[in-house]
Amino acid sequence: MLATTFLQQADFLHVLYIVAFALFIYGLSGLTGPRTAVRGNRIAAVGMAIAVIATLLARGEGNWALIVIGVALGTAVGVPAARRVHMTAMPQMVALFNGVGGGAVFLIAWAEFRNTGGYLGEPTYFAVFSLFAAIIGSVSFWGSNIAFGKLQELLPGRPITLGRSQQLVNALVAAAAVACAVAIVAGSHSQLLFILMLIAAAVLGNLVVLPIGGADMPVVISLLNAFTGLSAAATGVALNNPALIVAGMIVGASGSILTNLMAVAMNRSIPAIIAGGFGGGGVVAGATGAGEHAGTVRSTTAADVAVQLAYARQVVIVPGYGMAVAQAQHAVRELAKALEARGVGVSYAIHPVAGRMPGHMNVLLAEADVPYEQLREMDDINPEFARTDVALVIGANDVTNPAAKTNPGSPIYGMPILDVEDANSVVVIKRSMNPGFAGIDNELYTRPNTAMLFGDAKTAVSELTAELANI
Amino acid sequence: MLVTNLTILVLAGFVGFAVISKVPNTLHTPLMSGTNAIHGIVLLGGLLVIGLSGNGAFNKVILVIAIAFGTINVVGGFLVTDRMLEMFKRKPGPPPPPAADKDA
Repeated sequence: MLATTFLQQADFLHVLYIVAFALFIYGLSGLTGPRTAVRGNRIAAVGMAIAVIATLLARGEGNWALIVIGVALGTAVGVPAARRVHMTAMPQMVALFNGVGGGAVFLIAWAEFRNTGGYLGEPTYFAVFSLFAAIIGSVSFWGSNIAFGKLQELLPGRPITLGRSQQLVNALVAAAAVACAVAIVAGSHSQLLFILMLIAAAVLGNLVVLPIGGADMPVVISLLNAFTGLSAAATGVALNNPALIVAGMIVGASGSILTNLMAVAMNRSIPAIIAGGFGGGGVVAGATGAGEHAGTVRSTTAADVAVQLAYARQVVIVPGYGMAVAQAQHAVRELAKALEARGVGVSYAIHPVAGRMPGHMNVLLAEADVPYEQLREMDDINPEFARTDVALVIGANDVTNPAAKTNPGSPIYGMPILDVEDANSVVVIKRSMNPGFAGIDNELYTRPNTAMLFGDAKTAVSELTAELANI
Repeated sequence: MLVTNLTILVLAGFVGFAVISKVPNTLHTPLMSGTNAIHGIVLLGGLLVIGLSGNGAFNKVILVIAIAFGTINVVGGFLVTDRMLEMFKRKPGPPPPPAADKDA
C-alpha cells in the first residue's frame, strides 16, 4: 500500500516523464547515422513505454477495461499495417499514422470539453491550448486522410481546386473555426460551438490538401507532421504533462525543418504550395515563350548503353519517382552489382524531393540492398558529375532540368538541381517524351551529350544488365 | 504552472531544432515515421482523461477511439521505423571506391 502511494506521488511521476523525454531526445540524436539509428529508435520506444506506464500509475479512476480495449484495437490495426506495408507505400502509411495522431488529439480535446462542462471553472489557458489542439488536430486528421487518399490513388492525384475563390474560402473557414474558439474562451459553454469549430477545421483540412498535386506531397506530409506535433504539445500544456509538451515540440520542430527543406528543394514558398496548383497561370505562360525546343533528341539502344557503361570508370545513377513507380529499384541494384563486378564505381545521386516524402528514394534503394555509403546527397554529388563518365537518369525529370539554372522564364528557375549535364555522357531512361509533372520541356534531352533510352524503367534496366553480360 | 509549461515548450522547440538539424537527408523518411511514433504520445492524454470522473458514455466511446488511434500511432510508428532502419544497417557494404578520386 505504501509502495502504491509512493508510486503515485506527483514528483515521482514527473521524474518518470523527464526520463521519458530524455530518452526521446537521446534516441532521436541516434538518427544522425545509419549505425546508431536502429538503437536510437528503440531507445525512443523505451521512453514511450516509460511515459505510458507512468501515466497508468498516475490515474486514479478505473475504466481499465476501456483502456485495454483501446490499446488492443490500436495494436490489432497498427502492428500488421507496420509489418506488411511496402516501402513504396511508405508515404501513405506515414500520412495515415499522422492522421490518427491528429484524430486522437481532437477527440481528447472534445472529451475534455465535455468533461469540464465547457471549461467551467478551468483557467483560461487550459481552454486556449485545448481549443488550439482541437483545431490543429482536426485539420491534421482530415488533411492527412486526404493526403493518404491521394497517395493511395483512392483520390485523383491532380489538384482539385475551387479556382480563384479557393484562398478566400480557406480564409473564411479558418476564420469560422477561430471565431468559435474565441466565443468559447470568452465564456460560452455551448457544445454546439465546439462541434461547429471541429467541422470548420475538418473542412479546412480537406480544402487545404485537395488542391495539392502529387509531386508537392513531400511538403504537405512534412507540414501535417509538424501540425500534429504542435497539437500534441498544446494538449500537453493543457494537461500539465511535460512529456507531451517535449515530445510534441520535437515533432513540431522536425516537421518544420523538413517542410522548409522540401520547399527550398523545390524552390517554392510554403504559402504558394498551400495555395495549390503550380505557380499559377502567369508563370507558366511566361515559360512557354522562353523555353522552346532547340536541337533534336537522340535515341539509343540498350546494347550501346551497356558498352558505354562497361567501359566507364564512374557511373552515377539518378533515380526519380518514375523508378519507384516502375518498381525498378531491384533491377537497378542488379545492374549496379554487374558494373561493380567490372570495377566500375557506382553511386546514386538523390535529389531531396525524389519520391513522395523526404528521404523516400533512400528507403527504396536501401530495401534493394544498396549500401548506405553509395547514396549521395545533392550538394555532395554535384561537383562529381564533371568527373563522371555516364550519368544514368532513371525516371527523374524536373530535378535534372538545366533550365532551372539557365532560363529565368522557366517555372522551375532557381530550383536546385542535380548537375547531370556536366557528366561526360548522359543516358535518360524514359517511357516517352512526355514532360514531367511541371509540364516543362527538359532541355537536357536535346543536349549533344544526352541519349534517350525509351522504355519502361524496369525492362530497360534489366535489358542493360543482360547486354552487359554479353560484353 | 503555465509559465513553467511555456518554458518547457520553448526550450523543447530549440532542442528539437538542434537535434533534428543533424539528421542527414538519407534518413529523413525514418525520421519522419519515428517522430510520427513519438507524437503518438497523445495516447497519454487519452489515458489521463479517461481516468477522470464524470465521463459519460459518449466520452468513453470517443476516448477509446482516441486511445486506439494513439496506440496505432505509437506501435505502428516505432515498428515501421525499426523495419526501415534495419534495411539501412543490414550490411556494412563494400568500401565504395569513387574511381574518379584518383584524377581529382
